[in-house]
Amino acid sequence: MNDDRDTATPLLRVSDLGYSYGQRPACREVSFDLYPGEVLGIVGESGSGKSTLLSCLSGRLDSGPGHVWYDRRPDGLVDLATLSEAERRLLMRTDWGVVQQNPRDGLRMGVSAGANIGERLMAVGDRHFGTIRSVAADWLTEVEIGLDRMDDLPLSFSGGMQQRLQIARNLVTGPRLVFMDEPTGGLDVSVQAKLLDLLRRLVTDRSLSVILVTHDLAVARLLAHRLMVMKEGRVVEDGLTDQVLDDPHHPYTQLLVSSMLQV
Amino acid sequence: MYVAVKGGEQAIDAAHRLLADARRGDRTVPELGIAQIAQQLALAVDRVMTEGSLYDRDLAALAIKQARGDLIEAVFLLRAYRTTLPRLAVSLPIDTAAMAVERRISATFKDLPGGQVLGPTFDYTHRLLDFALAAEEGATEPAPPAAEADLQPMPRVTDILAKEGLIAGEPADDDGPVGDITREPLVFPADHDLRLQSLARGDEGFLLGLGYSTQRGYGRTHPFAGEIRLGSVVVELVPEELGFPIDIGEVVVTECQMVNQFRGSKQQPPQFTRGYGLTFGHCERKAMAMALVDRALKTRDLGGEVTAPAEDDEFVLSHCDAVAASGFVEHLKLPHYVDFQGELAMVRTLRQAGENGDTDGERQ
Amino acid sequence: MSDQTGYNFAYLDEQTKRMIRRAILKAVAIPGYQVPFAGREMPLPYGWGTGGIQVTAAVIGPADVLKVIDQGADDTTNAVSIRRFFARTTGVATTTKTTEATLIQTRHRIPEHPLSEGQIIIYQVPIPEPLRRMEARDSETRKMHALQEYGVMHVKLYEDIVRFGRIATSYDYPVRVNGRYIMAPSPIPKFDNPKMDRMPALQLFGAGREKRIYAVPPYTRVESLDFEDHPFEVQRWEQACALCGAADSYLDEVVVDDQGGRMFVCSDTDHCAGRRQGADGTLQLLLPKDAAQ
Repeated sequence: MNDDRDTATPLLRVSDLGYSYGQRPACREVSFDLYPGEVLGIVGESGSGKSTLLSCLSGRLDSGPGHVWYDRRPDGLVDLATLSEAERRLLMRTDWGVVQQNPRDGLRMGVSAGANIGERLMAVGDRHFGTIRSVAADWLTEVEIGLDRMDDLPLSFSGGMQQRLQIARNLVTGPRLVFMDEPTGGLDVSVQAKLLDLLRRLVTDRSLSVILVTHDLAVARLLAHRLMVMKEGRVVEDGLTDQVLDDPHHPYTQLLVSSMLQV
Repeated sequence: MYVAVKGGEQAIDAAHRLLADARRGDRTVPELGIAQIAQQLALAVDRVMTEGSLYDRDLAALAIKQARGDLIEAVFLLRAYRTTLPRLAVSLPIDTAAMAVERRISATFKDLPGGQVLGPTFDYTHRLLDFALAAEEGATEPAPPAAEADLQPMPRVTDILAKEGLIAGEPADDDGPVGDITREPLVFPADHDLRLQSLARGDEGFLLGLGYSTQRGYGRTHPFAGEIRLGSVVVELVPEELGFPIDIGEVVVTECQMVNQFRGSKQQPPQFTRGYGLTFGHCERKAMAMALVDRALKTRDLGGEVTAPAEDDEFVLSHCDAVAASGFVEHLKLPHYVDFQGELAMVRTLRQAGENGDTDGERQ
Repeated sequence: MSDQTGYNFAYLDEQTKRMIRRAILKAVAIPGYQVPFAGREMPLPYGWGTGGIQVTAAVIGPADVLKVIDQGADDTTNAVSIRRFFARTTGVATTTKTTEATLIQTRHRIPEHPLSEGQIIIYQVPIPEPLRRMEARDSETRKMHALQEYGVMHVKLYEDIVRFGRIATSYDYPVRVNGRYIMAPSPIPKFDNPKMDRMPALQLFGAGREKRIYAVPPYTRVESLDFEDHPFEVQRWEQACALCGAADSYLDEVVVDDQGGRMFVCSDTDHCAGRRQGADGTLQLLLPKDAAQ
């Protein structure tokens, strides 16, 4: 692994993680550390196990063998498997964010944009309508959605706007770790570019740690500090993004890189 | 001058008198007898027993008479009566393989041991009104002599398939007590025994619609009628003092086994899956609908994704009880004027605010 | 035995009463929490008060005095029907006077006259789950209560303010009980919510069709949900009661002619009659200026 990261506690430590659907293993023996402010990209073709890995990490699947530790304030590293459901759900609402590939899965489509952003605040006890509304307004501005859309339903938003709303909804409680599953999937190229700029800015400004699953190496290059390449459930290569993409060692990585469209 | 409306008691008494009068109708017409209902409206009696969860033909007939033919009202009467009955014992499960069969058909095999026995059925009638029936003392055929006991073995189709391992078995929990939805509240997800109980008591119309929906693409189960059998079965229980089963009587039931599209995966070889329906008396349509819905409700357990209403156990089981449903639907007739008052005031206020142009959320 | 031949006192068998009382004890121990119970089929239809009736039947004793109201009135047909049911199956004394009752079964109102320690008020509840309109699945709402995930409730209130400028719920207004559970107070008008807060009487809630019992013990905090800057408010009328002049009770609107003529009268008939009762026991019409308060 990289030597010039400081020796502070990792935000997330994964050791020998695996998951199987019935008899079929989807991912196995995955290990890595993630530090505050780092963006880790997980790349590979579909079926490589990257989405399953993300689901295990973000607590949506109860993982099989292996451990995941998270640096929960103020306790330090805790094994996620030892948390009660209440503790885990609280973590997911405050310290973590999950940005779904399809924004409809990560938003309440039947309530206004402002309510979508304000919900987490209300869930942790905020009771001042005016304040909730002004925080929501700030976030809409931050993700470049016009304030005149605050009371509109997400149904009326374009795909790119829905995705940005989803991001705002997740970031409002100041999470330290965000899981993203193909955040630019389904968006056209210019919209993607705008979204990627936004993500890059947010990540830097807020020292967010991100675990980003994508099949698009261009997205990975733009956002991720480090990459993990997965094939058939296993990590076949990892390292600094530029190193992995410019000088791939594993034949599978070489194949992926060579099939990237050179723009 | 306004005087608050009083006299609710008198109004109710008068309503009851009117009801009794309407129930009797034209006094020159002979009064309906319980025996007539039990004999000649037997299918209505069967339905009331099934949804009322009480096997007593005369009581069901009485309920139908008292309810003036409204079957859901009759079911309600029977259920309320059932509540007051003491629980004396729990019988052994009835053995439909040992049924004295009156009707038995299978759509999955052209012929099978015991044969296809049509029994009394509307299936092949032409739906032409028979005006001869309008005459009350019409010449009817004398009752046929009692049929000889059928000594042919009549194995159940599902047992035939099971011998070859072709149909998935039910996970048996023989040691566990059978749940009772009339004694414990239903909590979701519900176990199979409680689901079947709810379906057995469920409204025939509701289940029929849901079963129909599974055939039209709302959920894919591709059912075959493996077997439908109607007849009487012996009810046995084991009294504590004796320690062996004794025969306490007979009930007539209709049983339907639906056989559904085979499932399978890389680990498990393909098998047929089952849907089960059971009713008191001859409630064939209900037994079939119940079997379709039973199978649909197994979708999640069998690893499928719930996409259709008939596959959603909370939806189906919360709404299939006609007594609960009609109670709540009809409760809308009760006065709600206090709450309506609140809504009236709210709507007026909001309209006022709208006219004054201050619906701005920031205000206030 | 009661005079209704063949039925136990208060209709239910003792086993069932015991089961219901156990549920009630659990409910009182966890204020605002919905306790599932195996509701019985009653001779009145679901939706017409079977939950309230089962709770009353489980707690009523020969020395009790029972009052039954619907929409605040003792003589609406359903109140009459339920009162008769208990008269027949228990022989217990009944009353229309709130002050004389030990048990009050009610649909959709709390009496105007404050209740006292030792009284029990039993509410008829159609939908016990306050989150039901936002989440149809019982399996999910149970989890939300257990984990205090009530954000979605406030989202609904937020949306109201955005759309209407105010919280638009006028009845069955959700409350927080003892600082923990969010509870549906039954479709009482929000006007009545403040009466629930630290009420000296025991409050029991029965939902027969949905098979849930819940409770608020005496002197328990009951707070209506709101925002700090959009506080909870009760309804007010410009008019006073046309019969007794009361300016602080919940008023029913009565249509008196087909020209849109209206008058307002107290919903709580006992309260209204009590204010109008002359020294000789007759009822008078009090005009607002006569209503010495």
